[in-house]
Amino acid sequence: MISINWVKDYIDLEGEDLKQLAQKVTKAGINVEAVISNHIDNLVIGEVLECVDHPDSDHLHVCKVNVGKEIIQIVCGAANVRKGIKVIVALPGAILPGNFEIKSGKIRGEESNGMICALFELGLEEKNEENYNKGIEELPSDAPVGEDPLEYLGLEDTLYDLDVHKHRNNDCYYHIGFAHEIGTVLGKRVNYPKIEFKEVNDDVNNYISLSVETIRCPYYLGKMVRNVKIGESPEWIKKRLVAAGMRPINNVVDISNFVMLEYGQPTHFFDADKLGKVVTVRDAKENEKLVTLDEVERILTPNDIVITDGTNPTCIAGVMGGLNTEVDDNTKNIFIEAAIFDAFSITKTSARLNLKSEASKRYGKGLNYEYTIEAMNRCCSLLEEYASGEVLSGQVLHDKIDKTLKTVDVTTMDLNNVLGMEMNDDDVKEQLEKLDFEYELNDGIFHIIIPRRRLDVEPNKADIAEEIGRLYGYNNLKDTLPVVPTKRGVYVGDVAIRKSISRRLRNLGLNEDRNYTLVTSKQANMFNYDNKDVLLLPNPMSSDKEALRLSLIPSLIQTYEYNKARKVNDINIYEIAKTYDSKYQEDQKVAILLKGNYISNLVNKVIVKDDFYVLKGILENLFKYLGFKNRYSFEKAEVKELHPGVCASILIDKQQIGIIGRVHPALLKDEVYVCEFSMTLLNQFIVKSLKFKEASKYPEIAKDMAFIVKKEITAGEIIDTIKKSGGRLLTSIDIFDVYTGDNVGNDEKSIAFNLIFSDPTRTLSDDEVMEVFNKIISNVTSKFNAILRDK
Amino acid sequence: MEEKINQIKLNLKSDLDNVNKLQDIVDLKAKYIGKSGCITELMKNMKDYSQEERKSIGQLVNNLKNEVTDLIVNKEEVINNNLLNEKLEKESIDISLPATEIVVGSPNILERVIEDFESVFMSMGYDVVDGPELEEDRFNFELLGLPKGHPARDAQDTFYVKDDELLLRSHTSPVQARTMLSKEGKEPVRIICPGKAYRRDDDDATHSHQFTQIEGLIVDKNIKLSDLKGTVSIICKKLFGDDTVTRFRPSYYQFTEPSVEMDISCFNCKGKGCNICKNTGWITIGGAGVVHYNVLKGCGYDPKIWSGFAFGFGAERCAMLKYGINDIRTFYNTDLRETKPFDRREDN
Repeated sequence: MISINWVKDYIDLEGEDLKQLAQKVTKAGINVEAVISNHIDNLVIGEVLECVDHPDSDHLHVCKVNVGKEIIQIVCGAANVRKGIKVIVALPGAILPGNFEIKSGKIRGEESNGMICALFELGLEEKNEENYNKGIEELPSDAPVGEDPLEYLGLEDTLYDLDVHKHRNNDCYYHIGFAHEIGTVLGKRVNYPKIEFKEVNDDVNNYISLSVETIRCPYYLGKMVRNVKIGESPEWIKKRLVAAGMRPINNVVDISNFVMLEYGQPTHFFDADKLGKVVTVRDAKENEKLVTLDEVERILTPNDIVITDGTNPTCIAGVMGGLNTEVDDNTKNIFIEAAIFDAFSITKTSARLNLKSEASKRYGKGLNYEYTIEAMNRCCSLLEEYASGEVLSGQVLHDKIDKTLKTVDVTTMDLNNVLGMEMNDDDVKEQLEKLDFEYELNDGIFHIIIPRRRLDVEPNKADIAEEIGRLYGYNNLKDTLPVVPTKRGVYVGDVAIRKSISRRLRNLGLNEDRNYTLVTSKQANMFNYDNKDVLLLPNPMSSDKEALRLSLIPSLIQTYEYNKARKVNDINIYEIAKTYDSKYQEDQKVAILLKGNYISNLVNKVIVKDDFYVLKGILENLFKYLGFKNRYSFEKAEVKELHPGVCASILIDKQQIGIIGRVHPALLKDEVYVCEFSMTLLNQFIVKSLKFKEASKYPEIAKDMAFIVKKEITAGEIIDTIKKSGGRLLTSIDIFDVYTGDNVGNDEKSIAFNLIFSDPTRTLSDDEVMEVFNKIISNVTSKFNAILRDK
Repeated sequence: MEEKINQIKLNLKSDLDNVNKLQDIVDLKAKYIGKSGCITELMKNMKDYSQEERKSIGQLVNNLKNEVTDLIVNKEEVINNNLLNEKLEKESIDISLPATEIVVGSPNILERVIEDFESVFMSMGYDVVDGPELEEDRFNFELLGLPKGHPARDAQDTFYVKDDELLLRSHTSPVQARTMLSKEGKEPVRIICPGKAYRRDDDDATHSHQFTQIEGLIVDKNIKLSDLKGTVSIICKKLFGDDTVTRFRPSYYQFTEPSVEMDISCFNCKGKGCNICKNTGWITIGGAGVVHYNVLKGCGYDPKIWSGFAFGFGAERCAMLKYGINDIRTFYNTDLRETKPFDRREDN
């Protein structure tokens, strides 16, 4: 939260419309999410002319209040309301925080035409017990009746709620930094606060010796202020803190917070008398302990940076101080630390300890050492003025900061080449002036010095192009296209086959499903037919997203259940997605689920029910489409979650790539058919390119044959034998009937085949066909103990 | 003889009037032109006449045979037609009864949007590339200018899978890094990479821990920010209509410099202000920028020679805007009542 009243301390905003200003700032790249004004209409200063007890209540009062234009009656419950005081009155129509509108009405029979307010009821103080007990706000006796009380108190303010991108949240999260951004947008300069203090003739080095023993603290500045008097902060500091959303505590703590919100530099105040004579900054030791200000014992690791008294930690650097050196009501002498610590370390420590303070956030974003010095001086000056402190001379300092200025040379053409704009040197000059970047222009080359407060800007033409471009305005960008050679865009690698499969399955009537990769570990362990280990997340968000799925089938079942609950009868769906196992192996899978009818016209009795053979048909169609004709096969298999009698593995070139079957009735009562295969495996088989094959010009000879066999013998086995026996002349086999019943034995079935014989080069003679035909019959009958059925 | 012939003609006329079944025709054929029919009988009697008479009588009898045959066949046709008509009338159907549905499946709505992107970008020479969803920290962050411990990382809130080395990718940008590295800084790059990404968000109507990004990257020579704007304008017109205007606002991303946020003019109110654009007339649609020189360098491209732009769209956001979907979970529930209508073509 940025308080615009506060920003006005550093930049002249006289006459600016704050809503329009917010738009300008947003347009230049810092997103002002909301402009919040604490102005409340119908809020006036009133004087209590009369105050009597409510006749029907033990704590309410009936007051006559002069609000300027009139005298009104208000029922008030505050203990401190009394005749003669000046108060804040919310008249009917006023809308208080929480969208609480004041209306005229009766309270226990007495008319009440407004409300006498406490500051917390106006959102100006925290809503806590202490403030509640304070009762209504009593204004000074000279407060002008009928005027706006917030204006009179100087509390009227406008706040900008910023949504700052990571790059800029180091310099736009404090008021001087944001004042610079406003200055950039408006082309105005920032005025820094005047910092003055006296130093007593006593050097801090007489009391403290500093040693920094870690490279993760490049800058450490210490000064001492003695004889401070702890008390309340002046109103203006309190106002600033409240406006920016911080609670005033006492003058010393408030000054530290105020300076942090002003310069972005956190400081830490130690009680110098508790601190001892030595300040050492070092990496924490494993299992080192410190009780922090919130009275929690923290266990440290070498990743953390600590301030110590030479032996024991007194502060977790950048995160929180130790209770052992806390500034309390009796503190007299203060040692001030203003330092820069390694941003990554601070972020890590505060995350590990779950201690994200305003200070740690700012250390984590990076700091500019110039402001570290300013912040130290500002603290000294404020402590002198508002806590009666005496600033000791001298300082303890550890300084390993690289102070090389970031400079860069660019031409206007460089910038136009990045942006595709048509700026001239004067345009560039104008933006550099606004940015308050120092520069020289020689022979068309801008020699630019990047100010230290802009930690995000690197000395590179692209960074400068961004700064210039955002101010010059992207509305000046034309729509151009890259001037590059033409070429054809293609689907690369797996994408091509995935797209083909997906489109084909849709053409075959299946609807695409899309589910979450993360599932429960129970789901992840279902349909684990390859017996892989499930990959579990080490830190899941919740138990329903703790594992990476190995199979897509449980997800498809979830979609089936979702649709079933919504009375969808025919659920024919597929999903293609990547799966991962505990060895981090990727396997992209294709899964299908069928339930209900595949084709249905109930009136016409044209119904193709979803069953194993429809699913098998879809797969065969897909495999043929992909070029695997005559290379796929199905073999009976067992999968725990599938019906033991309706389950097979899917093979390409005799190598298993997946499974197909009916979901086990113990799992789902409905007849639900599923299959899944590995697209990753499928994609490893090489497919021959498509060639034209001329149909045979010579007649085909068709022959039928039927065998009676034991039920357990599969058609596939017989077909294999027929194929082998039939040789080259047998060009096609179809099954046209499977019979069980009275005409065969109980444990028998009859299967009828239609065979086609042909040769692309000549007409076959009946004799040679009969020879093959008889060979098939003898092989099948002997191998399967089959009986040839009479025609 | 002529008398006989006339008599036969008269008889046939009355016989034909009484015929109404196919069987009657058969009988008639037998009676007149069959083996022992009366005309055949006349033929047989020819031998009783002299040579000269035979010629003229033969002519007469032949004519009679032809005439009679025609008459019978015509009558047969009439009867056949009547029979057919009767049959067809019985076969008449109620054409208002339901059709047999011809099944074609529907794509997931996100896939629709992805295909829109693919058609536009493939026509401009962009390849469609995919990459692993279980990704190395190096590709997901480090090569993109986010070293370990970088403060910008914690906001990404990543699902780590193994220590801080393997993760579920938090965006599809690692595909860009992988593609650039695979070309070793020698060839231009023109890709889009639609795919899944994951962040630790609690699921609700507008947040999803799993989501779909459509990112694009071009690395070539003399690529400018204005080229990005022209390119983005084309896809936005494709998605939201030809009168869509694209606008850039300054922004900051780690992977691009300069960075922009992309807005489109509101397709609903055409800029007048409505609920969808929150009365601004503009809708934020994605982020983009000129590829950061550190990213180019890290992925093997010399920023002095090469330049490029990158952009990222959320497929869910595009689909929600385009089709007026209010709940992001819609895409992951696959309510067939909702998704089936998406099996249809659209103009534009």
